[in-house]
Amino acid sequence: MTHVLIVARNTFREAVRDRVLYNLLLFALLMIASAVVVGQISMAIESIVMVSLGLSAISLIGLLIAVFTGVGLVSKEIDKRTLHAVLAKPLHRWEFLLGKFSGLVLTLAVNTAAMGAGLFLAMLFVKHTIVRADAVVLVAVYFILLKLALVVALAMLFSCFTSPLLAILFTAGLYIAGLFVAQMQHLQSTQLNPQSQKLFSVLAYVLPNFGNYDVMGAAAHGRRIAASLIAQTTLYTLVYCALVLGIAALIFSRKDLK
Amino acid sequence: MTAPAIEIENLCKEYPHGFLHLRKKVSLEGLTMQVEDGEVFGFLGPNGAGKSTTIKLLMGIIFPTTGSARILGKPVSDVAMRRHIGYLPEQPYFYDYLTAAEILDYLARFHGYSTAERNERVQKMLKKVGLETAGKIQLRKFSKGMLQRVGLAQAILHDPKLVILDEPMSGLDPVGRREVRDIILELKNAGKTILFSTHILSDAEMLCDRVGVIAGGKLRGVGAPGSIVGVQATGMEIVFEAPASGTIPEKIRSRALKSGGTYRVAVGEAELYGTLDELRAGAAKIISVTQIKPTLEDFFMDLVGKDRAQAAAIEVTGK
Repeated sequence: MTHVLIVARNTFREAVRDRVLYNLLLFALLMIASAVVVGQISMAIESIVMVSLGLSAISLIGLLIAVFTGVGLVSKEIDKRTLHAVLAKPLHRWEFLLGKFSGLVLTLAVNTAAMGAGLFLAMLFVKHTIVRADAVVLVAVYFILLKLALVVALAMLFSCFTSPLLAILFTAGLYIAGLFVAQMQHLQSTQLNPQSQKLFSVLAYVLPNFGNYDVMGAAAHGRRIAASLIAQTTLYTLVYCALVLGIAALIFSRKDLK
Repeated sequence: MTAPAIEIENLCKEYPHGFLHLRKKVSLEGLTMQVEDGEVFGFLGPNGAGKSTTIKLLMGIIFPTTGSARILGKPVSDVAMRRHIGYLPEQPYFYDYLTAAEILDYLARFHGYSTAERNERVQKMLKKVGLETAGKIQLRKFSKGMLQRVGLAQAILHDPKLVILDEPMSGLDPVGRREVRDIILELKNAGKTILFSTHILSDAEMLCDRVGVIAGGKLRGVGAPGSIVGVQATGMEIVFEAPASGTIPEKIRSRALKSGGTYRVAVGEAELYGTLDELRAGAAKIISVTQIKPTLEDFFMDLVGKDRAQAAAIEVTGK
């Protein structure tokens, strides 16, 4: 486990030095501009707009980092051959993979937390107060982080066996498909031919259900999110990430490097 | 008797090739060799001969199609065994956002050293490779030669039993090459086993106890640098200066190579004294007389020439 932490620490350092966290400036500007504009809107919906806008920005910025940096985590190391000196050390390939994953998730956690703090500041500016019910926004931010972790795992899996460009396309495609898992489950009950029903049934089970992570509506309207849902979504993410990373490790452990 | 440091048994590596990866390109064919404990072994061959492929197979960077290899008695897949190996990759690349000291510290962490021990080793290694003043500079600002030095430092930082260096002299100026040679000799004196690949033959002749010559993915010969090419002199070389007055016999002048005012002529041992007499009679100044022995370079060029001839023959006959 120590080796995983060594790689994770270095991956975080890489992200910081490669100015990945500079996106926070963009987010800060967006929040300031939104807060000023939203301030002009009616009192009733300004908080809803602010929260929706903030969470969407956190999600979008995070997704861009997760996909593009996630795909490059391993493929860049293979292309640049920086991996050769590292793998000559007493380190398993799976430890390297898990370390890279953990490092990027840590980066995303710091990034998401900073953006979440920025959102709260913007909410404070708009509403002039923060109430206990606003804690649901924190839960929504946490759900975004879980979603990003799963996206990183998928991006790493694809980058283990295909080119970076295809890995980006596959990850983005799977993410979009994963948003419609609930609809696929619903389609089963409608009048489809048996083959299509079976296909959608299988897909609904196999595809990552990214719809699980969308609690933006509840957060914007200050509705409480059940603790059981938080636990269930956390567990779902952990299990899915473990499966995806397990497959990635199997492929990567037998891969010929350049 | 001590077990060999490296044992390679019938190692083959094929790469998928062509549009659908249906064809195979053989990069290494049935390589069998051993590197004994405590020796400096030079792995020689032209570009694309299979040297780096062999080293990558030993380091677990790529996997063999068939065959096996053992390092220090353990299969190459044994990760724990790598504690005792130092590896310098060919044209080493490191994270360019790190400084020299940081990359050494990062790689040293995998060996489980304490912070104090890491700091001490990092400083010692930076000094050894002549980078003590460049430790805090990011690697993106390093020249190729400086990166090579960092590569060497990380390879020996943990005091390994076996050091594998892939083209260690590559990218270095004459001073750097001399320093690397000294480090290799220092490691040898410390009882380390060293395997290094190179196509700079003079380095191999100077440093190696034994060399292995590889060409076209096949091992063509293994032995001491002298024995592998044969020690029989093939002739004598006379270096002389032409007289201001006097004449050089035409039969000598026509065979000699002129460089400035100096001539070089190769003669058989039997005709040495006769040629010297004729030169003296013509008032030439004899600078030196040396034996011509085949060098590793001759052996090497001969092999490459044979390979090309064989490839051309296959192309012509289709067999």
